[in-house]
Amino acid sequence: MPVTTTTPTGQPAGAPPSARRRRPFWNRATPYLLVLPAIVFELLIHIVPMLVGIWMSFIRLTEFYIRNWSQAPSAGLRNYRLAVSFSTPIGRDLLHSFTITCLYTLIVVGLAWLFGMSAAAVLQQSFRGRGTLRTLFLVPYALPIYAGIITWSFMLQRDNGLVNHVLVNNLHALSHTPFWLIGNNAFVSMAVVALWRSWPFAFLMIMAGMQSIPDEVYEAAAMDGANVWKQLRYITLGMLRPVNVVLVLMLFLWTFNDFNTPFVLFGPTPPRAADLISIHIYDNSFVNWNFGLGSAMSVLLLLFLLVVTGAYLLLTRPRSHSV
Amino acid sequence: MKARLIVVVVAVLAVATTAACGSSSSSSSSSSGSSKTLTYWASNQGTSLQNDQAVLTPELAKFEKQTGIKVNLQVIGWPDLLNKILGATTSGQGPDVLNIGNTWAASLQATGAFMPFDAAALTAIGGQAKFVPASFATGGAVGKPPTSVPLYGLVYGLYYNKQMFAAAGLQPPTTWQQLTTDAVKLTNPAKKQYGMVLEGGSYTESVHFAFIFGLQNGGEPFDSAGKPTFTTVGMVNGVKQYVDLLGKYKVVNPSDVQYKNGPEAPGDFAAGKAAMLMSQNNADNTLQADGMKSSQYGVVAIPAPSPLPAGGKDIASFVAGINISIFQNSKNKAAALQFVKFMTSPAEQAILDKPYTALPVVKGGTVNFTDNKAEAATFAHVLATKSQPLPLVAAESDYETNVGNAVNALLAQAATGKTVTSSDIKAALLDAQDKMAASGS
Repeated sequence: MPVTTTTPTGQPAGAPPSARRRRPFWNRATPYLLVLPAIVFELLIHIVPMLVGIWMSFIRLTEFYIRNWSQAPSAGLRNYRLAVSFSTPIGRDLLHSFTITCLYTLIVVGLAWLFGMSAAAVLQQSFRGRGTLRTLFLVPYALPIYAGIITWSFMLQRDNGLVNHVLVNNLHALSHTPFWLIGNNAFVSMAVVALWRSWPFAFLMIMAGMQSIPDEVYEAAAMDGANVWKQLRYITLGMLRPVNVVLVLMLFLWTFNDFNTPFVLFGPTPPRAADLISIHIYDNSFVNWNFGLGSAMSVLLLLFLLVVTGAYLLLTRPRSHSV
Repeated sequence: MKARLIVVVVAVLAVATTAACGSSSSSSSSSSGSSKTLTYWASNQGTSLQNDQAVLTPELAKFEKQTGIKVNLQVIGWPDLLNKILGATTSGQGPDVLNIGNTWAASLQATGAFMPFDAAALTAIGGQAKFVPASFATGGAVGKPPTSVPLYGLVYGLYYNKQMFAAAGLQPPTTWQQLTTDAVKLTNPAKKQYGMVLEGGSYTESVHFAFIFGLQNGGEPFDSAGKPTFTTVGMVNGVKQYVDLLGKYKVVNPSDVQYKNGPEAPGDFAAGKAAMLMSQNNADNTLQADGMKSSQYGVVAIPAPSPLPAGGKDIASFVAGINISIFQNSKNKAAALQFVKFMTSPAEQAILDKPYTALPVVKGGTVNFTDNKAEAATFAHVLATKSQPLPLVAAESDYETNVGNAVNALLAQAATGKTVTSSDIKAALLDAQDKMAASGS
């Protein structure tokens, strides 16, 4: 069969490239068509509901108008003013909830990172049982959320719970049986449960990051007289910086927005000491049926998190050193 | 060329499938256009969702035989029911007929989601006169046509353990003072026995008692204009009466503040860990499931302080119960009215009140859920003469949440050993009242 010398575009061979026809339509459209379903879903599931939520914060969406949102009267900035007027009960509660959430996030993220780092550093060396230990450490993260937290809520019961049984009856560490799920101890319980769930994730990420640090660097440092702590500080932490930056940000966002832990431990209306902001907003929306106010609080939360994330990324962006 | 074709086909299929999914779901949900089928959301009144299915299915078959209308039954648990109703209200797609907790009636009426029962509709279901007036009054706000009619009646009673009372030589209390002294005599923490058990973690229980004892002490949660009046002396004393059981008289196990709307409190009563229990009459179900025979406990009306404080009423309960409503967006209103007439007919009431341990809401019905005649008489008497509906205002659910949570926090404070004074209570109620005003309800 004679070989044709036409180019794919059908031009006779030897024609100048500038006169070549543009690529066929399907060639150009394919990338966009491939991305189209993802864009459609992203809009439907994320962007459009967010915009609707922002719109909701500017109207008085209470039980009177839930049936027909377009008839709800405009509230202007009323919902926002209600949320931030700290002299009234609503604003005061929001500020209190925000403070509790910040404290909770700091403690849980800080300790989770610390535990994860320590465990990853220790498990770098190969020893017998390392694989089993690694698996055991990952179990809390792998458990379904509800199953893990509901088991904790049983353990934290005052009379029949395992925690009080061990602390008071067996170890005699406490003289009287405390409540773990009401009062100020509720904060401690919630932080412990969240820490139990979060630290294996930090451990996993840091361990993965450590694999990429070559052994020769450690050997060279050891030859130069660096002890274990100096190695840890300069080599490990230094080379793990990209991993740590992302890890801390992820842990911060997840912990700040944590809804599962207080909801499963305490139900829809948690005690005051454990009133995290996501469940506080849920209360205002679904328990009090004031969706406009709940949306205003959500928008404020979004703005806060955007500012913090932006500042964080700005501070931690890789600096180019002039050598 | 072939590769490009495959890519294009896949992309087009993906977009087309999502479009198809969207359109088919909108046409298949909500009641179908045929006038011969109804969708009914029943609440969980029996011991389990399966139990409700088993109880209702033969009755629905009976209805279908009588009228030719098929009813699709869905039984929904209490934690989800209100959210599902809200979802149906917002989307406009829901059942034809549904059960609601009657304390939600006024709030749900304000959403406009339910069909009002005007004169024609009331005639269609058999007339207003067939209902017990106290139960019928819970159907909606005063002065407007109700959007729900009563289905099952419930009231609070004071359950007491006959054997424990006899052993201590005590008679069931007729005044609140007697109740506290009896409870103190029956409390022995060393033997893990207490005079009273409470669902101290449930905000709905707490607000119910704040209401009942508030009325006994001369307070009202809302004035005639609908403004909240939570901080009056009567309301504060009412909350104090409830919290003092745990804080001042210490006749309640502090661990009870962890109990939330479940079988925990009746379970403790059935196990003999508490001598008294204040609960709605559907506790009978749980008590018997826990192995207690109806001869082992007695029921009296929850007593009021004697003499009654200024303005106080001898109220022993609020008119609790389940109401039935028709969705405004239902396409089969005529069939739905027939179904409501069937469910509220004296014959069906007699059949359903037994498994659901409920009181009849129609006149002339007999209390048949218990073979204990004294208990039956007590509950019927309380419903007829000693109960008042919870406030019939649109902000009722706000009221329940804010006051209920405030009382829960006070109970928790008492449980952890700190004293709860009247000024603590007043401050907590003032906070709750401010929240109601600020959110514009």
